[in-house]
Amino acid sequence: MTQSSPTHKVMLLVGATSDIGHATALAYVEAGWDVILAARDAAGAARNAADLTARTGRPVPVVALDITDTAAFPAFVRDLPRLPDTVVSVVGLLGDQARAQSDLADAALVMRSNFEGPALLLGLFAEHFAARGSGTLVGVSSVAGERGRASNYVYGAAKAGFTAFLSGLRNRLAARGVHVLTVKPGFVRTRMTAGMPLPKPLTAEAAEVAAALFRGAEVTRRDVVYVRPVWALVMMVIRAIPEPVFKRLKL
Amino acid sequence: MSTQELAGWGRTPRRATRLLAVRAPGDVAPIHRAETGFIARGNGRAYGDAALGCTTTLALRGLDRMIAFDPETGHLAVEAGVLLADIVDAFLPRGFFPAVVPGTRFVTVGGAIAADVHGKNHHGAGGFGAHLRDLTLALPDGTARTCEPGSDLFAATIGGMGLTGTILRATLILRRIETGWIRQRTIAAPDLDAALAALEAADRSTYAVAWIDGLARGSAQGRALIYRGEHATLADLADLAPDAPHLPPARRGALTVPFDLPALTLNRWSVGAFNALYYARGRAGAGPDRLVGWAPYFFPLDGIRDWNRIYGAGGFLQHQCVIPKARSRDALAAILDRVSHAAPSFLAVLKLLGPGGGLMSFPLPGYTLALDFPANPANRALLDSLDAIVRAAGGRLYLAKDARQSRDTFEAGYGAAATRFRALRREIDADGRIASALSRRLGL
Repeated sequence: MTQSSPTHKVMLLVGATSDIGHATALAYVEAGWDVILAARDAAGAARNAADLTARTGRPVPVVALDITDTAAFPAFVRDLPRLPDTVVSVVGLLGDQARAQSDLADAALVMRSNFEGPALLLGLFAEHFAARGSGTLVGVSSVAGERGRASNYVYGAAKAGFTAFLSGLRNRLAARGVHVLTVKPGFVRTRMTAGMPLPKPLTAEAAEVAAALFRGAEVTRRDVVYVRPVWALVMMVIRAIPEPVFKRLKL
Repeated sequence: MSTQELAGWGRTPRRATRLLAVRAPGDVAPIHRAETGFIARGNGRAYGDAALGCTTTLALRGLDRMIAFDPETGHLAVEAGVLLADIVDAFLPRGFFPAVVPGTRFVTVGGAIAADVHGKNHHGAGGFGAHLRDLTLALPDGTARTCEPGSDLFAATIGGMGLTGTILRATLILRRIETGWIRQRTIAAPDLDAALAALEAADRSTYAVAWIDGLARGSAQGRALIYRGEHATLADLADLAPDAPHLPPARRGALTVPFDLPALTLNRWSVGAFNALYYARGRAGAGPDRLVGWAPYFFPLDGIRDWNRIYGAGGFLQHQCVIPKARSRDALAAILDRVSHAAPSFLAVLKLLGPGGGLMSFPLPGYTLALDFPANPANRALLDSLDAIVRAAGGRLYLAKDARQSRDTFEAGYGAAATRFRALRREIDADGRIASALSRRLGL
């Protein structure tokens, strides 16, 4: 954190009402950044903004954003008080695989929320950042995007698309002063998973995801971060299983 | 929505309950309207069965947002699932500290209110509930009600074990501090009389607590180390440690108990040897004031994660009683007699309490003694015999620690207050609807 010169840097958080989102906002505010929260749920975002302000004494503005309303993105970016230094997208919709298999609208919503919306928004900021010659883009993707599995391939496919998009963005903008970070959290203990039996060594706390994200984005400037490094190994094994075998596994 | 086995910090008893996660304050009212036989649960640090719902348990940790802070008054409004650890982290650097903290900072504000937790300053400051400006409760029918000191509902909720409704938020009055250090003085007391006298003499200290050797017998029975403490001022710091930072550096790498230790690890010899060494070291260090960081002073066990596993997979029982002052000495001696001949208690803490704040608050003017034992049939019988001593001396047990006291012991300790508490529960229609394994066991 010695590297960031506090006071004036601005981070825009997209998807501010999730647990990982709130933990990320806290990590940035505590490191001295100004944070802007963007979310569809205005009451939830205001609750989080009040929390950040109470903890730190710093004002935290809230802006409304629906990640599926892509047509509104240009106006959203234009109306921000200032072009941020960093944009973090933690938007995600796990959905229900069984429902997504039969309900096209539901599957489309999962795809649009996890891929289309976040990718297009970060892509738009990428243009502004490239023009300015600086900026950091962070996309929270998922290990589920590394191989389609029966239990969550609609979500996984959308995350795979998002991961590929971020990779391409990074490749294109590396020489232009724009840093792109992909974060793959693995299992995360959040309020939604409270009490569920998740394997401890593979399960991170939201605050741990936030700390890894902040470090990777602002300190070590990594390209891809697995919050728990063991996941890189797990996914290497999962990717290596030949398809004729993989298709018979219950995953 | 899932049904699962839950336990308290002592890991016994275990009860199957439906666990409903509360993610936002608005989630609580619909649960109240739809469910019956439910109780709120914070961070699961009550030792026994206080936070195990009869049918349903509300997981309140999702209400972990702070709401507003006024640096002029030190008033901090928070949701009920905020941990005291979060408050210390955010406000110690800003010169504020909770007015009362128990022995762990990993409790929620809602849990601290429900148990009216006490700290090392109870003799002067009262309990956690004495430092609230207001609290907001979801009544049994789901209606949110804000109440303030002076009202019956407020008094019944302080120490009411969550049985008057689900605590949603509260406004705490934080105390100002200049540094994160405690100026500590250690006094070695060679026996029980000396220990009680030293605690009595320490009643003008802000903080005072004693570690007591539960295994010492004969003339050494009740030997203790008394720790008096004051928040160190900037002047103290300049005096005692001019080069120290205002905030003690964060401790790295907390130790963890990675698995259940075999039940034999803590036996009369290992605990006895530890106690002898600990007392000798403390006596050698007695005397002049020294500076101790806030974390090791207030929360020594927080430095060891999952320390509840040292008692083995069967869990453990804590026996914490308070005995009215006039009868403390003899009752404590009788308890120590039993314990030193029966089972080693790894933890033994003695402290002087003042009057209780809430209707059902545990404290009364007298001495409180806390002892830990592995949960096994022999120790359960031992604890029953300790209860008899407590009853005869007019004392009572701390509900936040209790997993096994009988209704008779409870009635003897809380009788009149419990009668009024039951009446208030009937009035607000909480009777039967808001219920924990503890309330059912004790007939509350």
